[in-house]
Amino acid sequence: MGRKLLTENINVPGIQSLSVYRQQGGYETLKKALGMTTDAIVEEVKKSGLRGRGGAGFPTGMKWSFLAKPEGVPRHLVCNADESEPGTFKDRYMMERIPHLLIEGMIIGSFALGANSSYIYIRGEMMYVFHILQRAIDEAYEAGLLGKNIMGSGFDFDLYVHCGAGAYICGEETALIESLEGKRGNPRIKPPFPAIKGLWERPTVVNNVESIMAVVPIIKMGGDEYAKIGIGKSTGTKLISACGHINKPGVYEIELGVPVEEFIYSDEYCGGIRNGKELKAVVAGGSSVPVLPKDLILKLANGEPRLMSYESLSEGGFATGTMLGSGGFIVMDEDTSIVKNLWTFTRFYHHESCGQCSPCREGTGWMEKLLHKILDGHGTLSDVDLLWEIQSKIEGKTICPLGDAAAWPVASAIRHFRHEFEEYVKNPQNITKDHHYYRVNNISPEFA
Amino acid sequence: MSADKEIKFSDDAYALVQRIIKRYPEGKQKSALIPVLHVAQAEFNGWLSAPVMDYVASLLNITSIEVYEVASFYTMFNLKPVGKCVIEVCRTGPCWLMGAEDLVKYLEKKLNIKEGETTSDGMFTLKTAECLASCGTAPMMQIGEKYHENLTLNKVDTILDECRATVTEPISHWSKKEIKA
Repeated sequence: MGRKLLTENINVPGIQSLSVYRQQGGYETLKKALGMTTDAIVEEVKKSGLRGRGGAGFPTGMKWSFLAKPEGVPRHLVCNADESEPGTFKDRYMMERIPHLLIEGMIIGSFALGANSSYIYIRGEMMYVFHILQRAIDEAYEAGLLGKNIMGSGFDFDLYVHCGAGAYICGEETALIESLEGKRGNPRIKPPFPAIKGLWERPTVVNNVESIMAVVPIIKMGGDEYAKIGIGKSTGTKLISACGHINKPGVYEIELGVPVEEFIYSDEYCGGIRNGKELKAVVAGGSSVPVLPKDLILKLANGEPRLMSYESLSEGGFATGTMLGSGGFIVMDEDTSIVKNLWTFTRFYHHESCGQCSPCREGTGWMEKLLHKILDGHGTLSDVDLLWEIQSKIEGKTICPLGDAAAWPVASAIRHFRHEFEEYVKNPQNITKDHHYYRVNNISPEFA
Repeated sequence: MSADKEIKFSDDAYALVQRIIKRYPEGKQKSALIPVLHVAQAEFNGWLSAPVMDYVASLLNITSIEVYEVASFYTMFNLKPVGKCVIEVCRTGPCWLMGAEDLVKYLEKKLNIKEGETTSDGMFTLKTAECLASCGTAPMMQIGEKYHENLTLNKVDTILDECRATVTEPISHWSKKEIKA
């Protein structure tokens, strides 16, 4: 059983409330942090090796140390709670159940960065969680944990929650900042980076919910202790949201380094494939990362077990590897159509492209149409080649990573499952109406 | 909304909007736009007409075009009238793997409308949505602020019946109850 740093108290009845959270030791770490120097806090986070948990995996402590501190200019910590990456539902799970952990992390982080007001940007669809956070913030104000002179430390701090309104792109930090300024979510050209010019042109750090929550156990136990958990440069624990054709979908906190095979088949985690089926493929880190067939997700190209870590999942580059990404772990069984699943992803990216960059705006739509044509039985082999060409001309040619995110699923599906595309093209008479997707329980025959 | 009715927030909503504006530094009140549009959508029958958006612009002291360009960018804002219950079925990969396509077909048949349409009695609008971060409890759909998860067709039937029996005015993501709170 791995150590639980974030989810240890998640099932304590009433943990959503401030009183129970405090009974479990909540806000004790804040007290400790307020007695430290801000540099010491940043140093602990650096030592912990914590890497951004939203998907990019950039070292959090380093990101904090880049923050510009011009005299007289306010700066901000912004929490990215725009969780929208298909397959990812860890942040919603945490904020709904233990909102004060996020608030405690926000206060510590803001104190360390010298920010006197910070924002949590939550996606609008999670409006009920927005209200949960607002109530938790109200409780914290009443208890003197927010506002003037927190815990007698002399630190004044205001925390606000802000909601979006339905746009995947706002998970990209500069689009999020634009959105928080009341604009369309169009990513900005970098540089300048948010650490220099972010929210309202002020120095800003944007961190994912899980990263900010992880700061609490890091300060509590010390960066060195935290770094002892995990494997190599993949330190600490990671929340993995597992879904698809598994027996036990849900959010699991793992010590980085658990073998993928154990994660999928052990009863402690996913509990194996549903209905006694075989595993076909996995998208390990949210829809944007490359899909891998069973052989490659369970083992590295050299036959060694693949592990749930940043390095092991990306071992082999995109030829044979993938990425840990956001931890959105999507499992597909033997009956799944890779082509049709890909089409839902491509439709997603087409829908979510902000439209600023032509390769992404146009390319995502072309890819969606080509996949639809193939699924409809009208595809040709040259369409598969064209798909490959289009994705290669989106990757790396856009302002923000949404272009890459749209390209990688297409590239990896063709790389590893080209035979399946060819089967659709060569034998359209074999295409079943439902493309082997799962049926809703007790579906009546008229829809089947 | 009849054409002659004055466009004005209820007292509760107006007070809420003033509290929202205070969350941002002075002069940065435009930041309140998205939350305020949510409140407006809840106040004015679940959608944003041009006069409603103009009203929001006047409250925030910004131009109308600044409101239009934002309202038209974000998928949660309805720019034409909708039913009392807007059903948003998640359709992205993880939900598709668990039968979301069946769910849409079933709802289309049951409500006798196509995706994007509203029932003739004005009760339901059927929409599809991209990933709602509920992949582990797929398939799912959202009505107002509520996530309905691990759906079966029986559950869908029950939910629709409940809506018909209890919903008398449009429900939005930012609920009337939360506006009063």
